[in-house]
Amino acid sequence: MPFIPHTPADVRSMLERIGAASIDELFDEIDPALMGADFGAIDSGVDEMTMLAELAASARQDETGPCFIGAGCYDHHIPAAVWDIASRGEFLTAYTPYQAEASQGTLQLIYEYQSMMIALTGMEVANASVYDGGGALAESVLMAVRANRRAKGVDLHHVAIAGACHPHYVDAAASIVRNQGIAVDRLDFGRDGQACLDALDAAGAPAAVVVQQPNFFGLIEPVDDIVRIAHERGALVIAVVNPLALALLKPPGEWGDRGADIVCGDGQPLGIPMASGGPSFGFICTRRSHVRQLPGRIVGRTTDRAGRPGFTLTLQAREQHIRRGKATSNICTNQGLLVTAATIHLALMGADGLRRAAAGSHAKTGRLVRELTAIEGVSQRFAAPFFHECVIDLGQPADPVAATLADAGLLAGLPLERYYPELANCLLVCATEKRTEAEIARFGTALAGALGR
Amino acid sequence: MTAGKTIYDIGRTGRSAASQHTPSGDVAALPSACLRSTPPQLPEVSELQAVRHYTGLSAKNFAIDRQFYPLGSCTMKYNPRGAHRAASQPGFLNRHPLAPATVSQGFLACLHDLQEVLKAVTGMAAVSLTPMAGAQGEFTGVAMIRAYHDARGDRDRREIVVPSAAHGTNPATATMCGYTAREVAVGADGDVDMEELKAAIGKHTAGIMLTNPSTCGVFERRILEISDLVHDAGGLLYYDGANLNAILGKVRPADMGFDVLHTNLHKTFATPHGGGGPGAGPVAVNERLLPFLPTPWVERAENGGYRWVDETARPQSIGRLSAFMGNAGILLRALAYARMLGREGMTRVGEYATLNANYLMARLRDAGFQLAYPDRRASHEFIITLRQEAKQWGVTAMDFAKRLLDYGFHAPTTYFPLLVAECLLIEPTETETKEELDAFADAMQRIREEAERDPELVKTAPHSLPIERLDDVKAARELDLGGPPG
Repeated sequence: MPFIPHTPADVRSMLERIGAASIDELFDEIDPALMGADFGAIDSGVDEMTMLAELAASARQDETGPCFIGAGCYDHHIPAAVWDIASRGEFLTAYTPYQAEASQGTLQLIYEYQSMMIALTGMEVANASVYDGGGALAESVLMAVRANRRAKGVDLHHVAIAGACHPHYVDAAASIVRNQGIAVDRLDFGRDGQACLDALDAAGAPAAVVVQQPNFFGLIEPVDDIVRIAHERGALVIAVVNPLALALLKPPGEWGDRGADIVCGDGQPLGIPMASGGPSFGFICTRRSHVRQLPGRIVGRTTDRAGRPGFTLTLQAREQHIRRGKATSNICTNQGLLVTAATIHLALMGADGLRRAAAGSHAKTGRLVRELTAIEGVSQRFAAPFFHECVIDLGQPADPVAATLADAGLLAGLPLERYYPELANCLLVCATEKRTEAEIARFGTALAGALGR
Repeated sequence: MTAGKTIYDIGRTGRSAASQHTPSGDVAALPSACLRSTPPQLPEVSELQAVRHYTGLSAKNFAIDRQFYPLGSCTMKYNPRGAHRAASQPGFLNRHPLAPATVSQGFLACLHDLQEVLKAVTGMAAVSLTPMAGAQGEFTGVAMIRAYHDARGDRDRREIVVPSAAHGTNPATATMCGYTAREVAVGADGDVDMEELKAAIGKHTAGIMLTNPSTCGVFERRILEISDLVHDAGGLLYYDGANLNAILGKVRPADMGFDVLHTNLHKTFATPHGGGGPGAGPVAVNERLLPFLPTPWVERAENGGYRWVDETARPQSIGRLSAFMGNAGILLRALAYARMLGREGMTRVGEYATLNANYLMARLRDAGFQLAYPDRRASHEFIITLRQEAKQWGVTAMDFAKRLLDYGFHAPTTYFPLLVAECLLIEPTETETKEELDAFADAMQRIREEAERDPELVKTAPHSLPIERLDDVKAARELDLGGPPG
């Protein structure tokens, strides 16, 4: 019996104490019509060794060569210590720190995490995580609508996406906020791939304007202008950011006239393996004046009876377990362990290590773009400066080319036709600091071969 | 010694973990206006300092690996290391979420296998694995209920009925789906009050959210009657799988009449709770709700290969809920656990979780504690009320909870469900030994004696942890939510 420790003698004496003749008798309040279902479709169990061998075979089946896909999930170096420590049973097998005295490890760590996220984003407060980048955008939209509900002349049923924001984030946000009567309007991007300021000008007065920096195409957006225009119309600004890029780029708290109002994104670049896209974690930071609209856990520092500093969950009157139907969100369990990993990652990397990973990725992608555009007929689709992703135009449909390269063991980037039919010839490529000169050269050779050049 | 100090406190300007400094690169191509003027204020520590600091913090946590953790409704059972190992293999960790399906067949096969297991244990027709936690599963389920009514042009249904004992996520979910939560009372026997329920159900009812066994720790005996009542009124039934562990391999939610449900893989399928996640809350539906399942999910093609099902194939889907495929790594851990259990093992989970709960309930009853529902069987959990102790000695349920920490046990869930005064909701799970349960019962008995003899001792507990009781009022009034120093 895997993981069940009872001996026959245990069972006998336990039933005796209960006053029941058998374990079956403990289910005697359940209508017999409900019992006796057939679970035969489930195989019999196997030992750990056999299970590991089975899953190892599945895992091995999917091993590929170098990955040049980014699009919200990136193959960065993770210091060995990050998961060695995050996987300790004391972090792995604890739960939400409701009993503060027995959870000071997790609570202090979250407080440190909040401090680091505040430093990266230039905002005033951070929550302790939400599910992922898509969920973070959804919660940020709901939060912006609540926070802006008293503004005059603002349409609380619309938020506008300025330019190319990750289509999966926008889809997830739209699915989640739709039922509260909020529409997510996708504004066109310009010919240069950046947000179109004229489209924003024409968008009326949405409750919030969303801008991703760098955008889905990897391009640097004119965020100062976007923030100014949005604020002039009474909209709050939601910045969707890559936290690694913030080691290099101007923090959203300093954008435009008075900074972004809500900053969100996905924490995967901070020490989280790609792992098919999850678990990762979402983050939300904001101004102090909006803290009561923040969803999710928040940790504060206080003192104990003896005056010693300690940490505890705070402002819980926002949350579902207290507020029920009037809570800011239904969110409960989310991504604690990933925040643990990210905090250790940030502590180990420091500002210098993080900046090097960001600048190194930027430089490697530049090198990749030179390699690929040296092939006849291959060009950079948008001329605007990029961070560590770039749209490459192959001059012919990109989907079959990517499939050919994948079969050859090289993940050549993301074909964009599915999201933007007009970009059917384009691949979104990314080279992190981990990609080597040899891998980049291999990509060039393989692409030239696939294109018959 | 770093006691009480944060990672910032132990750093020094100019110090770093230099082996993490990878080669930098030229950023001249980026316009200077978009660059930050000063580096972010992150900690400046050596690698050893960081390792020691966070290892030290870990030691300040209670965890299943160290303590009995009978947190009601949370199913804090052993999290097998083998499952963790299985999901941590390079082929899984290094797989990009957008890798083409042709080079993802191993992963897709795993997801498909898990979908099939969940279909079998719930009796449902189809499963989507994308929800990332129980609460997101609830959202998904109620959003599907709404999509179902909307697709039929049945737009006057505005209410979701929830019992007063329900978890807070139930009413919060109803609100997020644009519905109003209507609470109905629970009777003295722990079952939903049928008269009140009948009065609440009508043409405005979109559906009902139920946990069964309920958060009162008892099996809702009139579930088939409730199912007929709600269905006859045109509503649908949502099963909150928070307590599925109690009936795993014994009773299928589909047979109780539910149309849609979520399971908490971090409870029933033993994936680690991680200090507050990650979890996973896959949803399962019957045929009626199948068109609305969230994307993506996995199906098997005629040629035996696996492929993603997305919105193009399912235009009525409520759509995408996460950036990629939810908490994929948790799904793999759950599959590994299910493989080790097999069908016989699953049945034993429900049986031994129930045995342990009923045994511990009997021990506490014999020690003089008052049960909230003394005439009922426990499911996998049960409630005691410390109303008498609070009245007689001024020692509350929270005081008992804090004193238990001194005895080396994590506290049960306190003050939930809200309808039982001074309550502790206790869930031992099937992976605990009889000796552990006996030790817990003994500790409870001793605390009760202390409460009578020296109430101050209990009211000021804990006494043996790194800190004593915290000032929560100060935490909320004088907000210190962090931020870089200086």
